Amino acid sequence: MSGKHINLTLKVWRQKGSKDQGSFVEYQAKNVSEHASFLEMLDAVNEEIVAKGEEPIAFDHDCREGICGTCGFVIDGEAHGKLKATTVCQLHMRNYNDGETLTIEPFRANSFPVIKDLMVDRSALDRIISSGGYISQNTGNPQDANAILIPKADADEAMSSATCIGCGACVAACKNASAALFTSAKISHLALLPQGAVEKDERALRMVAAMDSEGFGACTTTGACEAACPKEIQLTNISRMNRQFLGAVLTQRPKHKDGGAG
Amino acid sequence: MANILDSKIPSGAIEDKWEKAKFENKLVNPANKRKHSVIVVGTGLAGASAAASLGELGYKVKAFCVHESPRRAHSVAAQGGINAAKNYQNDGDSTYRLFYDTVKGGDFRAREANVYRLAEVSANIIDQMVSQGVPFAREYGGTLANRSFGGAQVSRTFYARGQTGQQLLLGAYSQMMRQVDAGTVELRYRREMLDLVVIDGKARGIIVRNLLTGEIEAHEADAVIIASGGYSNVFFLSTNAMNCAVTAAWKAHKRGAYFANPCYTQIHPTCIPVHGENQSKLTLMSESLRNDGRVWVPKAVGDKRHPNDIPENERDYYLERVYPSFGNLAPRDVASRQAKYACDEGRGVNESGKAVYLDFADSIKRLGEEKIAERYGNLFEMYDKITGENPYKRPMMIYPAPHYTMGGLWVDYNLQSTIPGCFVAGEANFSDHGANRLGASALMQGLADGYFVVPYSIGNYLGGTKLNKVTTNDDAFKAAVEGVKKEISTLVNIKGNRTVDSFHKELGNIMWENCGMGRNAAGLKKALEEIPRVREEFWQNVRIPGDPNYLNVELEKAGRVADFLELGELMCRDALEREESCGGHFREEHQDNGEAKRDDANFCHVAAWEYTGNMKTSVRHKEELTFENVHLATRSYK
Repeated sequence: MSGKHINLTLKVWRQKGSKDQGSFVEYQAKNVSEHASFLEMLDAVNEEIVAKGEEPIAFDHDCREGICGTCGFVIDGEAHGKLKATTVCQLHMRNYNDGETLTIEPFRANSFPVIKDLMVDRSALDRIISSGGYISQNTGNPQDANAILIPKADADEAMSSATCIGCGACVAACKNASAALFTSAKISHLALLPQGAVEKDERALRMVAAMDSEGFGACTTTGACEAACPKEIQLTNISRMNRQFLGAVLTQRPKHKDGGAG
Repeated sequence: MANILDSKIPSGAIEDKWEKAKFENKLVNPANKRKHSVIVVGTGLAGASAAASLGELGYKVKAFCVHESPRRAHSVAAQGGINAAKNYQNDGDSTYRLFYDTVKGGDFRAREANVYRLAEVSANIIDQMVSQGVPFAREYGGTLANRSFGGAQVSRTFYARGQTGQQLLLGAYSQMMRQVDAGTVELRYRREMLDLVVIDGKARGIIVRNLLTGEIEAHEADAVIIASGGYSNVFFLSTNAMNCAVTAAWKAHKRGAYFANPCYTQIHPTCIPVHGENQSKLTLMSESLRNDGRVWVPKAVGDKRHPNDIPENERDYYLERVYPSFGNLAPRDVASRQAKYACDEGRGVNESGKAVYLDFADSIKRLGEEKIAERYGNLFEMYDKITGENPYKRPMMIYPAPHYTMGGLWVDYNLQSTIPGCFVAGEANFSDHGANRLGASALMQGLADGYFVVPYSIGNYLGGTKLNKVTTNDDAFKAAVEGVKKEISTLVNIKGNRTVDSFHKELGNIMWENCGMGRNAAGLKKALEEIPRVREEFWQNVRIPGDPNYLNVELEKAGRVADFLELGELMCRDALEREESCGGHFREEHQDNGEAKRDDANFCHVAAWEYTGNMKTSVRHKEELTFENVHLATRSYK
């Protein structure tokens, strides 16, 4: 296959485990095709490392189509690298020049402990979801789907918020390591729909509390998250979350302890 | 002994079978449900929806996934949509029509009763997903939008931009997380199933490796549901995510679950072509693109001009020419094969010659760029990112690639495998798609199995089966743990010279060349000689650096490739035995001018393979298929 080929120097963060000290290690990526993705470039570097009998660079990845949210690390200080609205698996080497040196390190946040090398533990995001990021609806016998009419604009807006892939770039890009963009995207997606609006107050209270208890920092609305987001999730979600949360705090009612009729 | 391949199809008219089965199912008293435990392996659409439903019902559920979060399961990658017989468009759709299209689309190699049930519950799926907040596309009046999708002549596909799979998965995942919050579902991340434990002939648990710590864990339960997805990664290059593997299903196969129709692979016609040596996987472009894109190649062999410089009369819109009634919407196997023919004739484009054009110029002229962007914007951006070319200005290039696998563990009507207590849901089973999965039907099956079938059949099983108490201290568990540990230590101690990926690529090449879009006896026989040789070398010369008692990506890959090396052989044997062409299985010896030639007299059956100790001695069993409602007929898309 023709096309341009380049050589790069990589400074990669290597860390054996969460309790170990990490450091940068230098590798040469030689003869990299411009058509290769960033992860395919790392695959090739890893093949060489393994051939030498050493442990390959560990990084999380799966679909390699920019949709699963598994991949992601920081390249030259930017989460998912320099292209806007792009996951690292969809970042291709034609965006780099021959002879460049790239610094590659994991997403950094206290709530994302490093597992190994570029892999971090983002399970805190799942715990935020299990605290209320759903609609309470048992399986079976819902009404006909078209019985719930939803204005197209609302459905589109909910969809835009729902496109969050939970990669954690927003947290890594934030100086406070806040998870506000992630949490607010889910809160918006569900609250914008009539099905989800019913329990929106309870949801906002619980998800914000979960976010805080996981140790994510406070949002200062500087917008670094929005700039880093591969799915262009908007800052307006955070405004919506804040308004809902405040409203919910003000009108919060104690949960009924009264039982039903016997 | 009764035939082990008893499909347990309920008697009666096809419309009544599922109602009858549900009524006749044994029930578990609500107070007793919490005494029963169920393991779910895999948390994609089928697994997450099954875990959520069973948790709601009150069972104690343990769900396992290899991923760092269930939201990563490969179901996320499905782009185009999900079918349902809602007839919202008033264009003549019905349960019966969806059933009919799916049986026909599967080239009469699926089980009628299962397919009917799938069509029947399809409408419930949409209601269920909407009620739990999936933001499907809407019309201005607030009703749900539909589009038509490969192979269907009615608009029955529901979609959420180009991210339908992701949105459906997030729906099922959120329902499961709700049960996690409620304490009915216990979730174990980064765990890979490495064995199935069978006691007194019944599935009673699994052995998993904790991918973070290397620890081998044993988990017991009253039933096990395997929902671990498909095995297209046997080809190395496929549209599957990197972690998709056959391992969980394969281990169950080696414990006695028959593996059905392994040779049925769907080759998806619209993938971004291979670009070079280091490519790790292929990316699918949604089939919905074929609604507005026209497929063509230059008429002349070796015409290397820029596509925009090739005039209309020198282009061959071959799908429209060969299949005038379906045109660019011809089913996937047919469209894939025609692309291959065009490229084999030397009319392929791209530097490799292995690509055809998917051209939107006419649609852009007719509808405007804005409309096209609204319909497919994210797909166009994705294409641009990967290839560095703007598909609004120059036609896309596409080529077929391995995608979905229709084969899988054999199951009866209740989705139970040949091991009692071991159920199989979603792509991991073989049941509903016959020899060809039509567009937008895989999401439908995953959710149908997980939400609407398995919860009933698990109840029937647990309500009607005497189960002795087992614990992970039982001998069967201990032996299985030892077996898994031994295999891992064997692998890491080989300390050979070749990387895992090099073996995987070698196997992938053999599979694609000989058991890919076209198969013939000579190629398959050659593959059957080569695969054992590669397998032997693998076990002597693979190199796995690092510590098995810690996160070790090479070890994970090695285990999966070891299983692919066995599965690949079974696929070739299955393909060799099936002396006919049907759907995605195209035996070159059996064709009429390039069209697949089925042999209903001899092959109207499911081939289910029994593992008997090693690959060479696997035994082929048959489940005869009968078609009482949709009469056997040759497909024609002309």
